[in-house]
Amino acid sequence: MLLRHTPKEVMDRHAVTINPAKTCQPIGAMYAALGIHGCLPHSHGSQGCCAYHRSALTRHYKEPVSASTSSFTEGASVFGGQSNLLQAIENIFTIYDPEVIAVHTTCLSETIGDDIKQIRDKASKQGLIPEGKHVIYCNTPSYVGSHVTGFSSMCKGMTELSESTGRKNGKVNVIPGWVEPSDMEEIKRLAGLMNVPITLFPDTSGILNGPLTGEYHMFPEGGVTVRELIGAGDAIGTLALGEWCSADAARNLDTKCKVPCKVLDIPFGLAATDRFIDTLRTVAGTSVPDDVNRERGQLVDMMSDTAQYYYHKKVALCGDPDQLISMVEFLVSIDMWPVHIVTGTPGKKFEKRIKELTAGIPCEVNVRAAGDMFLLHQWIKNEPVDLLISNTYGKYIARDEDIPFLRFGFPILVRVGHQYFPNVGYKGGLRLLERILGLLLDRKDRDDPETTFELTL
Amino acid sequence: MAIQNKPAQWTAAEVKEELLKKYPPKVARKRSHSIVINEGAAEAPEIQANVRTIPGVITMRGCTYAGCKGVIMGPTRDIVNLVHGPIGCSFYAWLTRRNQTDPGPDGENYMPYAFSTDMQDSDIIFGGEKKLKAAVQEVYDLLHPKAIAIFATCPVGLIGDDIHAVAREMKEKFGDCNVFAFSCEGYKGVSQSAGHHIANNQVFKHLVGTESNVKEGKYKINLLGEYNIGGDEFEINRVLKKCGITNVATFSGNSSYDQFCTAHLADLSCVMCHRSINYVADMMETKYGIPWIKVNFVGAEGTAKSLRKIGQYFGDKELIDRIEEVIAEEMKAVEAALAEVRPRTQGKTSMLFVGGSRAHHYQDLFHEMGMKTLAAGYEFAHRDDYEGRRVLPNLKVDADSRNIEEIVVEADPNEYRARKSEDEKEKLGQAGFKFKDYEGMIPDMEKGSLIIDDLNQYEAEKLIEIIKPDIFCAGIKEKFSIQKLGIPMKQLHSYDYGGPYAGFKGAVNFYHEIDRLLSSRIWGYMKAPWQENPELSATYVWE
Repeated sequence: MLLRHTPKEVMDRHAVTINPAKTCQPIGAMYAALGIHGCLPHSHGSQGCCAYHRSALTRHYKEPVSASTSSFTEGASVFGGQSNLLQAIENIFTIYDPEVIAVHTTCLSETIGDDIKQIRDKASKQGLIPEGKHVIYCNTPSYVGSHVTGFSSMCKGMTELSESTGRKNGKVNVIPGWVEPSDMEEIKRLAGLMNVPITLFPDTSGILNGPLTGEYHMFPEGGVTVRELIGAGDAIGTLALGEWCSADAARNLDTKCKVPCKVLDIPFGLAATDRFIDTLRTVAGTSVPDDVNRERGQLVDMMSDTAQYYYHKKVALCGDPDQLISMVEFLVSIDMWPVHIVTGTPGKKFEKRIKELTAGIPCEVNVRAAGDMFLLHQWIKNEPVDLLISNTYGKYIARDEDIPFLRFGFPILVRVGHQYFPNVGYKGGLRLLERILGLLLDRKDRDDPETTFELTL
Repeated sequence: MAIQNKPAQWTAAEVKEELLKKYPPKVARKRSHSIVINEGAAEAPEIQANVRTIPGVITMRGCTYAGCKGVIMGPTRDIVNLVHGPIGCSFYAWLTRRNQTDPGPDGENYMPYAFSTDMQDSDIIFGGEKKLKAAVQEVYDLLHPKAIAIFATCPVGLIGDDIHAVAREMKEKFGDCNVFAFSCEGYKGVSQSAGHHIANNQVFKHLVGTESNVKEGKYKINLLGEYNIGGDEFEINRVLKKCGITNVATFSGNSSYDQFCTAHLADLSCVMCHRSINYVADMMETKYGIPWIKVNFVGAEGTAKSLRKIGQYFGDKELIDRIEEVIAEEMKAVEAALAEVRPRTQGKTSMLFVGGSRAHHYQDLFHEMGMKTLAAGYEFAHRDDYEGRRVLPNLKVDADSRNIEEIVVEADPNEYRARKSEDEKEKLGQAGFKFKDYEGMIPDMEKGSLIIDDLNQYEAEKLIEIIKPDIFCAGIKEKFSIQKLGIPMKQLHSYDYGGPYAGFKGAVNFYHEIDRLLSSRIWGYMKAPWQENPELSATYVWE
């Protein structure tokens, strides 16, 4: 057994987290910043933070992830990181020439209290920021929230660029939440089908799923442009997908530029996608084209074709709040029973929402915000499940307990596909179903005795 | 940027000039000392190393915590590694370094677990000692491990939590669990290297010499600085065992608590990664009288040479003969593999920018395949790893190194036992045997090659653009920007999920892996047919 020391009996823990179901804020900020065209994320702290975040993102995407660091030493930690950041800004614009530097902080610079806005203004006064270039920032203390919070903070940081000219530009802002480049592409495709002009930010498609052509561009074609971010202040409305990931940025746009917003769930599965399409249709004042109706119908068709295999199967899930909420709703909608649900990200609202979504399930549902995978594993030992859904780290539980395992979330280290094939929208729903069904049927084929092993569905 | 056809031969001096051209003057000045050309002189040229990375330059380096928790202590399977800090540091060091371990069916193994105090803002404001103490207690109640190691992250040092006091208190309280701590805050030093040093000190202070049930064996060694990435230690141990050599303790790949504790009973320390572990080797000699030698089990020739060196040290004919038998037996497969791959690898070129010893050791493997290393450098090494230990007396201790603790050890009144008398040492010396010696990377490199310390992303890209090596070796962060250029990239930290590459079988694995990378068809598909011949000369006529 790999996790051989995990006991079945659950002991209350208040101080030690074991096998976390979250990581720290800065990586979320780095991921979000990569979704701006021509942007170099910059980590204001020790160089280890930057190295770890780049490594984790690179392993997940199998793509170059460039980011710089203030390379704090003990001296900077005592005297403050201003001189490091000023030097960094000068060096970055001279050597790498990005359009934007997106600075995020770390527990180190937050603890010593570096004021990034003041340092940025100083850089500007000293002429270190070339004409037409930008330095944006957000505060991402690692000891508050989780990687999700950091993602949200950088999205909000982007909206600081937005300006309101008083003239609406007819576009809808869509903040997709922490989803994959393929999901962002899919959201753009759906909006295109509906003929709704959108500004999607961040947008990592084209950046973290680039082609191999023999050329390396540090700043690839994709990403939301600074011009688009400025224009986001003139949009007719904002759809924020995911309360945890996207709502703060949308509300900031509302406060700052009077762009009204709606907060929706990330469109995983039928119902959440329905709400997304319906809201997009309403705010843009357009009708839903047949193409989209057909895609919806295909998903419903597959749901009905394969319903018997999902029926009352128990599922354990671990991941981030916004993703889990839509996923749980989807599983419930195909008569599965999500019985153990853990996120590492704090927020009691999460537990409440999951309880509501699973209210109709006739068995006990365990849900925990600010939980960990050690707890999830213990729950599974007490009440076994038919399917485990989590990031790559779940493979240790899946192997020990012999559970079919769907890799979903961040990070996914030894599987590919998330870069290219979406999970959002109706098409994404088809993919999720296809993968879940494959896992369940492979297991059935493995376990059925020869007498009942069958060819047909 | 795309790679042009291989340009006219640049001289090393021209390459260096090109690398520095775009930098602001201050940066260019500083970097120029870290980029040196091997003129092939008798003495290696001086290189600037182990100095601060310039802010904003995209570096390969990590932090002190990574060197301590990630590298040295990461492979310790039966010590609970509890990270005191916000969650990230623990999360990123969780199973990401591919340290394999063999605890047996029932042995303790906490490596698949990540333990953290997950500090919150209230802990930062009011102090985290209380939470740390409670976390240590919970770990103890839950798992009853032999040992709990506590690691400090950046904010811990800043807010002044006394992790060592907590460790002492809890150790005393438990009585049957060794609790000790590492002040390895990420901002210390200039790279991972400071973390290695901090880890070495604490392992030596809290573990080595605390137990006396040593493994039986006639020829007892310790293997220092081998981390069992991809199973390297398994292969080295296989070979050692076959020769009849007993490995008392590996620092720290596939290690166990008891091995560390009995390491003082070995008779020779064999140092693989000089950078990360030479501190322990020195302390072992001073305190217990165990001499150390530099070995290198990367490369078949290096493996053979290292085994012979161990044989010569013990000076026992039975062992020396057995070692020769093993080498002869193992070399058959090595030679067969080389004969197979050399037609495709001979004359190819490589660049290696990695670690504190790997960029040197792996040149041997490339050399065996008939490949030439055009440029190399370390991520976190010091001058002695480039120029040899002869420069040690002249190394200046700067502000960043001064605050890394140096522990002073003395000969142990009970346990010190000189394994070799001065006479014996001298005799071995006359026969060409070298104790405590490492000549560094540069003397092994060809004239005209480039040596670059702390290479950054911009310089890597430029080097490839100008020189276009056939293969480039570095880490995961560098991998895909290199491969986008169509140059195969081999990770030498994590081995791209392959390995082992050490020992004889490892050498064979590596030859095949490099052959695969160089001969792969994949690199031929980057341009579509219509991109190769974009102009239409006439309309296609359907027949």
